[in-house]
This record gives sequence, structure tokens and C-alpha cells, in this order.
Amino acid sequence: MPIPGPALSARIQPHSTAPELIRNFCIIAHIDHGKSTLADRMLQLTGVVEPRAMRAQYLDRMDIERERGITIKSQAVRMPWQVGEDAFALNMIDTPGHVDFTYEVSRSLAACEGAVLLVDAAQGIEAQTLANLYLAMENELEIIPVLNKIDLPAAQPEKYAEELAGLVGGDPADVLRVSGKTGEGVEVLLDRIVERVPAPVGDADAPARAMIFDSVYDTYRGVVTYVRVVDGNLNPRERIQMMSTRATHELLEIGVISPDPITTKGLGVGEVGYLITGVKDVRQSKVGDTVTNLAKPAAEALGGYSDPKPMVFSGLYPIDGSDYPALRDALDKLKLNDAALNYEPETSVALGFGFRVGFLGLLHLEIVRERLEREFDLDLISTAPNVVYDVTLEDRTEVKVTNPSEFPGGKIREVREPVVRATILTPSEFVGTVMGLCNDRRGTMQGMDYLSEDRVELRYTLPLAEIVFDFFDQLKSRTRGYASLDYETSGDQAADLVKVDILLQGEQVDAFSAIVHREKAYDYGVLMTAKLKEIIPRQQFEVPIQAAVGARVIARETVRAMRKDVLAKCYGGDISRKRKLLEKQKEGKKRMKNIGSVEVPKDAFIAALSSDSSGAKDGKDKKK
Amino acid sequence: MPALPDGVPVPDDGALPPWVAGPGADGVARPRAGGLGMYVHVPFCSVRCGYCDFNTYTAAELGGGASQVEYASTALREVGLAARVLDAAGLARPLSTVFFGGGTPTMLPAADLARVLGGLRDAFGLAPGAEVTTEANPDSVTPASLETLAEAGFTRVSFGMQSAAPHVLATLERTHDPARIPDVVRWARQAGLEVSLDLIYGTPGESLDDWRASLETVLATGVDHVSAYALVVEPGTKMHAQVRRGMLTLPDEDDQATKYELADELLSAAGLTWYEVSNWARDDARACRHNLAYWRGDDWWGVGPGAHSYVGGPDGTGVRWWNVKHPRRYAALLADGRSPGAGRELLTAQEAHLERVMLGVRLREGLDLAVLDERGRRAVAGLVARGLLDGVAAVRGHAVLTLRGRLLADAVVRELTS
Repeated sequence: MPIPGPALSARIQPHSTAPELIRNFCIIAHIDHGKSTLADRMLQLTGVVEPRAMRAQYLDRMDIERERGITIKSQAVRMPWQVGEDAFALNMIDTPGHVDFTYEVSRSLAACEGAVLLVDAAQGIEAQTLANLYLAMENELEIIPVLNKIDLPAAQPEKYAEELAGLVGGDPADVLRVSGKTGEGVEVLLDRIVERVPAPVGDADAPARAMIFDSVYDTYRGVVTYVRVVDGNLNPRERIQMMSTRATHELLEIGVISPDPITTKGLGVGEVGYLITGVKDVRQSKVGDTVTNLAKPAAEALGGYSDPKPMVFSGLYPIDGSDYPALRDALDKLKLNDAALNYEPETSVALGFGFRVGFLGLLHLEIVRERLEREFDLDLISTAPNVVYDVTLEDRTEVKVTNPSEFPGGKIREVREPVVRATILTPSEFVGTVMGLCNDRRGTMQGMDYLSEDRVELRYTLPLAEIVFDFFDQLKSRTRGYASLDYETSGDQAADLVKVDILLQGEQVDAFSAIVHREKAYDYGVLMTAKLKEIIPRQQFEVPIQAAVGARVIARETVRAMRKDVLAKCYGGDISRKRKLLEKQKEGKKRMKNIGSVEVPKDAFIAALSSDSSGAKDGKDKKK
Repeated sequence: MPALPDGVPVPDDGALPPWVAGPGADGVARPRAGGLGMYVHVPFCSVRCGYCDFNTYTAAELGGGASQVEYASTALREVGLAARVLDAAGLARPLSTVFFGGGTPTMLPAADLARVLGGLRDAFGLAPGAEVTTEANPDSVTPASLETLAEAGFTRVSFGMQSAAPHVLATLERTHDPARIPDVVRWARQAGLEVSLDLIYGTPGESLDDWRASLETVLATGVDHVSAYALVVEPGTKMHAQVRRGMLTLPDEDDQATKYELADELLSAAGLTWYEVSNWARDDARACRHNLAYWRGDDWWGVGPGAHSYVGGPDGTGVRWWNVKHPRRYAALLADGRSPGAGRELLTAQEAHLERVMLGVRLREGLDLAVLDERGRRAVAGLVARGLLDGVAAVRGHAVLTLRGRLLADAVVRELTS
């Protein structure tokens, strides 16, 4: 009987479950490799969810996540499972699956003792999965390799079992084969988790220490904080303290998720659950922080805490200027649920009032943008994403540049830019192409390994700015969609960077300024001026479009003057129609932005900027 | 052909709104300063040209029920309606100008045109020195037919010459022989008619030299009036479909601008001066007074299917209406004793103002700056500075376009009315 009966169940009640009966694990998988379907199947088999109440992909809460097939926020579900004569409490901790959320992934992993490495039997492992696998191995998690979707005709379990065995060590025969869709092999997997994942270890008598691995804002309950208790225990009505901020809160509610919240008498060593303190902002309950008991505080916090640091910046502007207050309110609301989101008001000559927003990465950017547009019904223009530069002037003044148009003009001693360690998995036939791309993007090769006969892992350090541009799209298109990419930040480096400004009739258009490597300045200038020439309508006068580095013009295009704007015929029967045409043209003027005396349709900004931010498509079209 | 505008219904008896005929600001009704013009639309052609979006039909397209033979009688029914409606409003007066357009008016026998003109004379009377024009195709007139028109009271004929280049005429699907032009001009002058030649420039395949040759041909005839229009390819025409399918390349606006400048240069050098954006005449007396009436905002009535009419009110606004488009429906309504009006618009002050500026600025006599509002007047200096309005004329209180301004007239109108 996989589902324990009442007598056994009594032994695995929250707050009073012996650590040796607890198994904490997560699932590491690529976006479309079937993690959610497998999780659903586990919820069903363990009786946590009735089959008929089963919503497809129960764990992905937000609509946007369901639609995109990705999980942004992790949660933890407690499931009972019986093996032999013993009942166990299994905590499945969901992990975000994308590069931008590496820190959150690392905290989720830190809450587990084991990880299911789930790989599509028709596709093999992807770069992000590999990166997370390495992360799990560094955390000394017990890895259980599993091939999913073995029901697919295209499945090649032998080939990929070998690949997985090669990665985690062991025999290909030990790689489990399941189908989340049919349920085949899932019971065996649950048994394997109980058997292989070590039980948590902690000191029940020590002062309480629990690690926050997620923090979610709920409109009705305020912030819901997910924790893993390491030492001691947490109980309702106690006062708790956040060790990084020393802030104290009353524990209004404590419980476990199974799969809906169930309040409990508390949480003991090794247990996973949620806390509600009534705080309204996730910043007061930070992922990675340690929760302790105010009356009997721990001396030392658990390790591994760090503040989320925005890596990519973009200007967000409402297309309709009167939406600015609505955008501010929307950002204020999103911020409650997103500790990594930060923003400051900014004014652009070209785009009006908006915000400079910092993100963890491109996917984070796109998710925020999409939520703003969908949940708050805003039409936005976002400027091309850029990274943060540390600029040291000749007089040793240091300037942090988050907006290219603010790049200082004077004498510069040094510019430092963020660098990432990138892992790229590609079929071996594309190795040359991928190396060429990385080379173009100022990459330095760190190593290369064959995962199997026809799959190669390439490791590079690359400037983040190069990835933010359109690296991912290029990688996909040059490898016919087969390569996958993961990266993590890895410090910074000095680089020969310059600011390229775009000028319309001598007026700088701030929204189009970019910081690029000196050798690429010309290419960027030619690209942007040519693009703008196509987009900017002819005016009554000639409009020079220039790209300049400092005072030096590096590229130039000209929109020739409009010579004819008159309807030749205007007799009795034409007057009404002609008047209406003029009225319409006058109406159209209202959708124009003036840059100096040049009228530029707002749509032109969107067109010019959107094609530039193509790198932000990162999160989409992951399917091969 | 362009769709009719959206409007409100025209009453069955075609009556004008009462305020149109109402008293002025001082409460006293007074006679109109401007003249009354009459346009007669003749909706027939022998073939339909590929670029044409006018309301016109070939015999084959029309079928039975609205034949050319009965058209004069049908048109005269509307003339009768016009007389009743204007009379009721106290606005009937002798006609200053009459203009037969189309279509091809000369598809009708000269005697039919004469009959309609006779009907107009009977209903309204012709003012002393009235101008009576008909459009004509060079291949649909003879010395005799032109004689008949002159005898009936026509004073002016406007030939649709379009181009002197055979390949351009072929693209336009015009059937006339360009070699005929000097002949028809001579015949018309011998009959005592003033002559205008109409040209089209910017046809796909027309070179600058083709255009120069057309202008030179026109000048060689010694006519006193020329109209020159940039080709506009309207949606719904055969040419529009040809452009869409890539069979023809759309005329380039720069090319059209260059050709306009060439036309103005050659015509001016030959003593023909612009008096409207697309019209040149030897002197003010040779300008087409009927068309001037449109641009000056005078009253005019359009007879015929799809024709527009306009009557201004004492407050500077006015009413415009348009007839149903199909000749058969048009004939049926009139036979029923009902107005053929399909819809009308009662102009708001703002719309009337825009029209006044839009039309007035097209004329060399210019627009009285007093007509403009505060913002419009403020825009004048900038337009002069940018070389779009004539500085001397502006100082004298008129907005007059420069050569460059004529090519950008719509932009000027938008600025003057922003």
C-alpha cells in the first residue's frame, strides 16, 4: 500500500515527525521536460489530490506560468508515502527552472537532501539542467537520475541513460524510466526517493534556525514565507526574528502545504512548511535569510544568504504618457511579490516619464513586462536592455551607470562590465559555429567536453552585455534550435567600451544610446542609423541621422526632405473627403513625438527598440 | 470610385435646412454676395480608363433602364427640383457658371447638352457673361458638334488630353490619338470657345522627357488655360489592382514633385500663371470661374448621379449633400418626384473653417489672414521662414503659397488650422 493507513499516518504528523521519516527533495528539469506533469502524478499517487480534483499542473500557480510552461516561484508539497512497514513524509520542493533565478534555485536546493534529475528521453539533458545539476552536486545532494516521457515514440532511453550515468556516475541500468503522462514508473521513483535520499539531520534542542527558500505575496494573507527547519522548532504565536535584518514578527500562522495550506502545531527539525506573519512586502522576508526564535535566538545564521542583485536594466515607459501613475502603482504592487525587482523614476527626452528597472536577467525582465501589460492593462515601451557599468574617471571618481545615456563624457580611466560563466550544450556538428559566435561576442573559452558521441559541452566566459543583446536568438538560429545555454554571473572585467549616441538633426535621442565595445561601435552605428532611416517618415526638411562616439560621427544616414504633400485635385465632389483626410492627418500628429523639430511617430520608437530587445525572447520558444 | 461620405438623410423633397436661408447676425436676410454655380454630371464613357474613380459607366456596364438617350430628360427633372428648393429658400438666382463634367459629357449628342443648358436657362436664367464649360474627350468631338455647343451658349471646352506620349496614354487606357490635339483645339477656337487642356503627370512609365514633350505640345497649341494633375491611384480602380499585382510601379512622389516644378517653369515661361495649385491661365479672365467658385466657398448645385452640392449659410457654415450614385436609382427617385440626395452633412463651424482654409490656400489670390484663428496666425511667420508662404503677401494680409509651398499645401493647411 503506497498510501499509509491511519495508524502509520499518525507517526508522520507535522511537528511530530521524526527526522528519519522525512525526505526532502526537489526535481531538476528543463522547462518542457515534464516536471509539472510528473509532480501532478506524484500528488495523485500519494493521495494528496483526488484524481477528479486534479488540475493539470497543480503546482504552477500563476496563469502566466501555466501559459509559458515554466515555474517561477517554488513551493513545497508534503506527501505521505509508505515503503515496507514505515510511513514517510515526502516534501517536494519545487525549483525555478531558469538561468535568471539561480540564487533562488540554490536556496531551494539547500532545503533538500536529494534531487530527482528529470530528463526528456527524447531530447537529452539541456544546459540549464546541467548547470542546476552541478549546483545540486556542489550542495552534496543525492541525485536520482530519471528519464521521462518514455512513452514517446521518439524516446531514446538507452542513449540518454548512458549520458545521465556519465554525468552523475553510476550504471545506466540504474537510471529510472518513467512517464509522467501514463504514470508508469512513478511508484518506483517514490520508493527510490525514500530509499536513497538521506533523512535530514538537525539539533532538535538547539535554538530554532529555519531557512527561507521562498517568499510569496498573497493579496489576502500578506506574505507567505516558505521555510525549511534546520534546528529546533517553530510554533504558532511565538515571536520570530529575521537574522539578516533583526526584524521581529509574530508568527500568526504556521503550516504545511498538502497541496492546500494546512495549519499545524508547528514545524520540527527537517520539516518544510510555511509561515504567515502579516508582513506585506516580500523584502521583509528574504529568500536565503534565517528565521530564529526571538526568545531563544540562534547565535549564528545559516550560510548562503545574499541579496538579489539586478544584472540587467531597461527603461519602461507607458506608450500613453497619462498611464505613468498607473505604471508606478503597478510596479509598487509587483514589488510586493518580487524581492529582486527594483526601479527608479527616469525621464527620457524621447519617451517621456518612465522607470529604469533592474532585473535579475532577461527572462525576469520579460515576465515583469508581461505581467504589467496583462495584469495591469498597460501598453509599454521598453528600451534595449543593458547591464551595469562601473566607470572610474581620471580623477578617480567612480560612477555606476545603469542607463547608457548617463555614461560620463569626460576622461575615463577604466570601465568595468559584468562577466558571466556560460555553459552551452550543442550537437557536435555546430561546435565551430558556436565557437565563432562566442568569439564574435568577446568570449573566452574555458573548456570543452563531450557528453556523448554527438553532444558537446562548451564553457565560456562572456561579457553579460553581449548575452543581453541577441545572443540567445543567434545561438538558436545558428544551431537550428538545438543548442542550449546557461550562464551565471562571474565578477567583472575591464573593457574598452564606448557610448554610441544617436542624433536626429543634431539632437541626441537618449533612448537609442548604447554602450558597446569600441570595435563594435561602428557596426552598431550603421545598424541603428539604417534602421531609423526606414522608420522615420520624411519631414519638410532633410533629417540627418548620425551615430556618434563623443563628438566623432561614425555613421550617417539622411531622411530626405518630403517634397510633395498635396492632393492635386480638389473640386466640388472632393471637398468632403479631402477635409476628412486632413482631419485624420491632424489626429495622427498627436501620436508624434518631437525630437527637436523632427516629428517621430511613437510607433517608430517601438519598432526601433523592440527589434533590439530581441534577446529578451530568451524565455520563449525554448522548444526545439 | 470613392464611396459616398457618411451623412444624415436628405428629406424627400430635398428642402434645405431653414438656417441656411436664415437672416444674418443682424437679423436681416440679404441676398448672397457670391454667385450660384451649376454642375451637371454626365455619367457615361465609351470605355472606362484604368485610373478613373469617377462615377461613370459604359453602355455595357449600365444595361437597360438608365439610358443615355433619356439622360437629358432625367437631368432636367433634377434641374426642376433645384429650382423649387432654392426658390423656397430664397436663394434662386441667375447662374454665374455652368460646368458639364463626367464621365464624358460629349458622349451625349451636342443637342442633348444644349437641351439641358436650355432647361437651366429657363429655370434660373444665366447671369450676364456667364461661363458655360463642358469637358470633352479629344476623340468625341467634331467641328460640327463644337459649333452646335457654341451656338447653344457654351463658352468654354476643357479637353482631357492627359499626355502627348502614346505609351502613357496606353497605360492610362485613353483611346484618343494625341496627334488630334492641335486639330480639336483649332476647331473649338474657330467655334468661338475658350479652350483648356487637361494633363496628367506621374503615370507609371512616364519619363521626365515624356512629360516635357506633353507640356511643349500643349504650349504649341497656344491655349490660354491648362490643368495638370498628379496621377493618384485610388483604391478600387483597375490601375490600383495592377499596382498591387506588381504589373505597374507606383509613381514616385519625388518624380511627381519634379514634374510639377517643370510644369510650372515651362508654363510660366510661356505666360501661363498659376491661379490654383493645379491650374494655370494666361490671365485672371481666363481662369475657370466655375472652379474658382468651389475654392471660394460659393453656392453650387450638382445635378446627376453621385454629384455633390453645397449651400453656405449666413454664419459661415453650410450644408453639403450628394446624390445616389447609380444612374438607374437616380432616375427612379426623380421619376418618383423625390430628391435623389443620398445624404448630407451640416458643417460645424470647425469643419467649415478647415474647408475654408484648405480651399482658400490653394489659390494664388490667397487666404485672408483674418480668416485664421490665433494659433493659425501665429503659424504664418514660421511658414514664411521655411519658404512655404510668400513673405510679401503675408505682410499684405494674405497666405499665398510659394512654389515649394504649393507642393506641401496640405502640410501648410494642417499648420494653419492646428
